Amino acid sequence: MAKEMQISEGRLEALKEEAARTGKVQGRGALPVGSPFPKAASATSYNGNPVLKPPTWTWQVPLYFFVGGVAGTSAVIALVAHVSGNAQLWRAGLWIAFAGALISPPLLIADLGRPSRFLNMLRVFKLQSAMSVGAWTLAAFSSAAGLALVCHELILAGYGNGFLLLVGSAGEILAALTGLILASYTSVLLGVTAIPVWSENRTLLPAIFLGGGVGSAAAVLDLLGLLVPATQFIGIAASTVETLVAIIIELRGRYVDRPLREGVVGWATRVGAALAGPASLFLRIFWGHNSGVRYLAALCFLVGALITRYAWIGAGRVSSRDPQALFQIQRRGRNAAAPSVLS
Amino acid sequence: MSTSAFLTDASVCIGCKACEVACKEWNHIPDDGFEWSGQSYDNTRALGASTWRHVLFLEQAQPMGSQLAGLEDPFRWQFLSDVCKHCANAGCLEACPAGAIVRTEVGSVFVQPDVCNGCGYCVVSCPFGVVDKNYEVGTAFKCTFCYDRQRAGLMPACAKACPTQSIRFGQLEDLRHDGHARVRELRQRGYSDAQIYDPCESSVGGTHAMFVILGDPETYNLPPAPEIPTIHMKSAWGAALVSMLVLVLVVSLAFVLTG
Repeated sequence: MAKEMQISEGRLEALKEEAARTGKVQGRGALPVGSPFPKAASATSYNGNPVLKPPTWTWQVPLYFFVGGVAGTSAVIALVAHVSGNAQLWRAGLWIAFAGALISPPLLIADLGRPSRFLNMLRVFKLQSAMSVGAWTLAAFSSAAGLALVCHELILAGYGNGFLLLVGSAGEILAALTGLILASYTSVLLGVTAIPVWSENRTLLPAIFLGGGVGSAAAVLDLLGLLVPATQFIGIAASTVETLVAIIIELRGRYVDRPLREGVVGWATRVGAALAGPASLFLRIFWGHNSGVRYLAALCFLVGALITRYAWIGAGRVSSRDPQALFQIQRRGRNAAAPSVLS
Repeated sequence: MSTSAFLTDASVCIGCKACEVACKEWNHIPDDGFEWSGQSYDNTRALGASTWRHVLFLEQAQPMGSQLAGLEDPFRWQFLSDVCKHCANAGCLEACPAGAIVRTEVGSVFVQPDVCNGCGYCVVSCPFGVVDKNYEVGTAFKCTFCYDRQRAGLMPACAKACPTQSIRFGQLEDLRHDGHARVRELRQRGYSDAQIYDPCESSVGGTHAMFVILGDPETYNLPPAPEIPTIHMKSAWGAALVSMLVLVLVVSLAFVLTG
């Protein structure tokens, strides 16, 4: 501090002379560290402090998004496989759906601040809360998938009769229907919030989560050794969707999407999209006849889909900290010169 | 059934933080950690799980009202006590899957601490960034509107402690009327940027905590056009439905085309 403030003897003389001559001396004074002090202004928000609160969710939640996507879409694959007569895919699909249904609740319960009160999730049913819809959907899906699997295995073991077939089929249909919701409601969960990057991408998120879900289910089936044309088809379709979504986000270049393009989260988004998108797509299309390459393509997709979910939660965190992201959306919908909120 | 409300007037706030202290003492709220923000005397920065009244300190390069001196380098120091808005259409209330957040008979939005299981969905659903999770206790917290005091016929602790009546407590319609009258008076006295913040026309439908502010709401970190997130329900579920149909088509084609 002393260094910067040292002035020469000549300056002191000049000050004395100016004071004697004019009776007044102008001086700026020392600027403390950290100055100029933050000024609150309309363009800069209240000192740049965040307006919104970041999501509180822990690592279990994006993992649940991934598992739920695989499980839910697996039930759909199982039903269609059943109808098409593909016994292997039918059975594998049911097992994957059930496995996912077993893993999902512990993941969600572990994320709760008060895990012992997890049953309060089923205290009410609120259509306007995507999380309430999701909790009940998971409960219904788990029951249906379990029922369908038990019936299927009993039939395979030789205890089959008309009743079991009927109940099993009903379970499969219910599992497929609730599975579709299970794999997609999480996109509504994120989209219907105050977080700018989530709510402004609410029409794109279902494609990402469902595409990622069904592509992951196909990838798991591939990795289990069921390298059938159906999973290749699904894998290519899903990777195409992931590629298209990634292109849309990059080309749009919107301010609100900056967390998806900048910083650590931006890189995670791009790596996830690259793996689940172009990487998996090209591997499948050009070298998909080779089973080793198909395993690689499947693995790429799974890793990419998982990373993508973590990236989206991270993007929400970053987005919540930027007041301008929120203000811009709101000013856009109104005449900035005459805010109608106020009088 | 009465509808009580707050009217918080930035033009008379002196930044004493009696409201913050009173709120914490009455509700047994812990401290926020002793972090110096470097932002004037505001060391809490925002509302949160352990800050239910937050005093803002705005240093602005603007003249104050009809001041005559110092206009070549204008400066004014503004204060405001921020609080949960207790929205007529509350994002947190709609989002809570456990039904822990309810509307009380006095019109406030109340988080039942024994029902909340800490899922955190209310936290990302509040358009004002008010409610937050306390990580030690595990559940969500925000201003209770001193529900216990109101039921005993008392005014909230912050309103009781405010020395300048910047925080006024009363019936919603009366305070709304008073707020508009105050803004008219301020403008007549040369405070041309005086405004009332009460987003009635937005999907939030009006709040039970109104503010008389000088300048734009963004300056106070108040959203200029807050919306309850559930207005996006239709478009979000619509997109999800379309994606579901496409998925069923793709999976069906996968088996049909490949035999």
